Amino acid sequence: MSAEHAEPASFAFDAESEAKIATILKRYPEGKQASAVIPLLYVVQKQMGLQTGSAWVPRVAMDVVADRLGMAPIRVYEVATFYFMFNTKPIGRFHLQVCGTTPCWLRGSDEVLRACKDAGHLKGYGDTSPDGLFTLTEMECMGACVNAPMIAVDDDYYEDLDYESTVKLIEALKRGERPTPGSATGRRSSEAAGGATALTGSETE
Amino acid sequence: MAKVTVDGIEVEVPNGASVLQACEAAGKEIPRFCYHERLSVAGNCRMCLVEVEKAPKPVASCAFPVADGMKVFTDTPVVRNARRGVMEFLLINHPLDCPICDQGGECDLQDQAYAYGHDSSRYGEAKRAVKDKDIGPLVKTVMTRCIQCTRCVRFAAEVAGTPELGGTNRGENMEIGTYVEKALSSELSGNLIDICPVGALTSRPYAFVSRPWELKKTDSIDVLDAVGANIRVDSRGPEVLRIIPRVNEAVNEEWMADRGRFSFDGLKRRRLDRPWVHKDGKMVAATWPEAFAAIAHRLAGLPGERIGAVAGALADAESVVALKDLMAAYGSANLDCRDDGAAIDASRPDYWRFNTTIEGIEEADALLIIGSDIRREAPVLNARIRKRWAAGRFPVAYVGPRGLDLTYPATHLGDGPGAMGAFAETLKAAQKPMVIVGRGALQRPDGAAVLAAAWKLAAEVGALTPDWHGFNLLHLFGGQVGALELGFVPGQGGKDLAAMLAGGVDALWLLNADGFDPARIPASTFVVYQGHHGDAMAGRADVILPGAAYTEKDATWVNTEGRAQRGRLAIHPPGEAKEDWRIVRAFSEGVGKTLPYDDAGAIRARLAEASPVFARIGEVARGGCADLAGPAATAAPTDAAFVLPIPVYHQADVISRASDTMAKCAEVYGPQTALAAE
Repeated sequence: MSAEHAEPASFAFDAESEAKIATILKRYPEGKQASAVIPLLYVVQKQMGLQTGSAWVPRVAMDVVADRLGMAPIRVYEVATFYFMFNTKPIGRFHLQVCGTTPCWLRGSDEVLRACKDAGHLKGYGDTSPDGLFTLTEMECMGACVNAPMIAVDDDYYEDLDYESTVKLIEALKRGERPTPGSATGRRSSEAAGGATALTGSETE
Repeated sequence: MAKVTVDGIEVEVPNGASVLQACEAAGKEIPRFCYHERLSVAGNCRMCLVEVEKAPKPVASCAFPVADGMKVFTDTPVVRNARRGVMEFLLINHPLDCPICDQGGECDLQDQAYAYGHDSSRYGEAKRAVKDKDIGPLVKTVMTRCIQCTRCVRFAAEVAGTPELGGTNRGENMEIGTYVEKALSSELSGNLIDICPVGALTSRPYAFVSRPWELKKTDSIDVLDAVGANIRVDSRGPEVLRIIPRVNEAVNEEWMADRGRFSFDGLKRRRLDRPWVHKDGKMVAATWPEAFAAIAHRLAGLPGERIGAVAGALADAESVVALKDLMAAYGSANLDCRDDGAAIDASRPDYWRFNTTIEGIEEADALLIIGSDIRREAPVLNARIRKRWAAGRFPVAYVGPRGLDLTYPATHLGDGPGAMGAFAETLKAAQKPMVIVGRGALQRPDGAAVLAAAWKLAAEVGALTPDWHGFNLLHLFGGQVGALELGFVPGQGGKDLAAMLAGGVDALWLLNADGFDPARIPASTFVVYQGHHGDAMAGRADVILPGAAYTEKDATWVNTEGRAQRGRLAIHPPGEAKEDWRIVRAFSEGVGKTLPYDDAGAIRARLAEASPVFARIGEVARGGCADLAGPAATAAPTDAAFVLPIPVYHQADVISRASDTMAKCAEVYGPQTALAAE
């Protein structure tokens, strides 16, 4: 882990985050602001990603959230550590989240994993690449089984992957590009692999 | 009310009660780990499973509300099997290191494993291990033993009001701790040890010291604050090994403050274990007759008005009454028990008592605190206030240093007495308003005026009615109220502490009086110090009479409410030290002024005759206020800011100042008067 992602000394929401927080807090009745803890932690993680290139939630930021919502800091720590979507340690620029649940596994998630390791120079799950670009995490089902296997890069789903297409994706990320999310085989939505087999014509036919 | 049948026994319990409470009402013991009657229900240990008729599977009785006509079975094969299963799961990640565990012998898990555990383990996989947490010098953690009942988390958040413990991570990786390593900031942290059902949280000072069955258990009273918590002193041979609370719903429920619980190691250090006499410029060890002769010699030529006596924070009622009688025999009315200089008006009991009573706090509906950091002056009482606050609709305000963290929200009105009127409207609107005046608020030149102003405010806002007494004085130590009840204050023409220290007396008898600076005693004054610790005051003495500490004598203590309670001898005083009233009695005999009592029964009869408080041990006379006339004051209080009387919670008295454990705490926690700017 590079030194630039050490625990920061302080954290403050920027203007963009403040605007989001204002919207979020309005959803909850007066006195129930603690309910906003999960959305606010997301705001923190997003802002950290934009500001430092590592989307994680430092402890000082949890304290800021606790203060903002009138909660004891430990209650925020509990939430942030419970959900693995919150990274309580610094991660790489891109968070490669490989699905390893049965449908993806049956459809070749092992190959996707191998591609991530090879192209991203990663040793395995939990590892961050030496260049600080990638962190590899194993995820449970993310609900894209029809287009298995898949990985999520940060918030974007890339589906219908195999070894080659995964390598291509990672190389693109290295170049600073962001390929269009979705199926790598060009499949539209979750149609059958060879194209739609039903409801192909107009309704009147 | 709901009618519930438990194993064929019909009981009636209130609607909304849990099945577990119904089972207890029927006399059935339900095993449990996470359930605690003073904490919120978590329902996560699953040990309390019972069968309920028509329910498809066993239910967790602690979290299952009763219904009318419900039939509960607590001892069926299904229930026994279910509990065995739960126990097996709990033991999967429990280390079974009972032989080296301090909880051994008084462990809920151990006890219940006898009833529901398998004879051997079916578990062959790796057990999980959890890193121990450092949460301060008082509570030792062995987190691998934790069964995650979350009692400690709930206690810290709900009762202590310091939400610092939590369960972080999840599933197999869940850990109880503070996440960020820190010492718990609660003054009630010792109670975590009691509520932990396993050996995860144990007492650090008591680690590897003893087994429960080796201990002699003596019921007593905590005197290191004025709450008068009921305690059990566990001793072995000549040593106190630990102190734990007993249940008394009216006083401490089942909690106890850390200073009272952990400072007993101070009982072994810096003790006065033999008499000393000042001879030719230095203290010389003496025998009892020599010490008595030295005092008798000095007092012999003095007229009564040149002799004075001061009783202090840790003086028991027996010795106070004996000393008062001795002084009367000498013709002296120079008595004072306000050794800290607090301007307490001793003319009427309700001027110095906590009249609302501790139980009464739960009925109050508004509270003003004047010059007191209750959290550190009486942590258990503060927990009761917090309990009242948690029940809802309880505005609290305080006058004193800004930024006090009382563990519940309180409005800061101002630093000095002038600000107390700002809360009058809220108090007036309340049905049962309460005013608490800290003893520290009276330790100032205009203390009498502060007391009078506080009383006047209480009278004006309707806190003093024939059915409700909302004026309360919060004392700091267990011996202070008893002496007031016994009238250990200047008699007709007598001098008070200030006058005595201003050269008003030639001989001064100090009974546990450590509350003022010894340098204030004029050099020519002959000082007898009767006490148990060689603190600053003993250094000034001409004769030292070694007394017994509170664990070493059968003595009566009066708490801040005016509730007399009996402490009992757990161990004998060290060396030649003696029970305090017997010292005074023995001295009186030597000088031919023999006091008319020579056994415990007789002196207690004397106590009961001196004040009705001592005739009703353990009880308190609660009532309204019939007479609104307030304490006398000549002027209005100045607006000088209040100063808190206890700068370091862990080192407030002679015993805790001699304690190593408390020294460590003081180091970790630092002086607590340094408050945040906000």
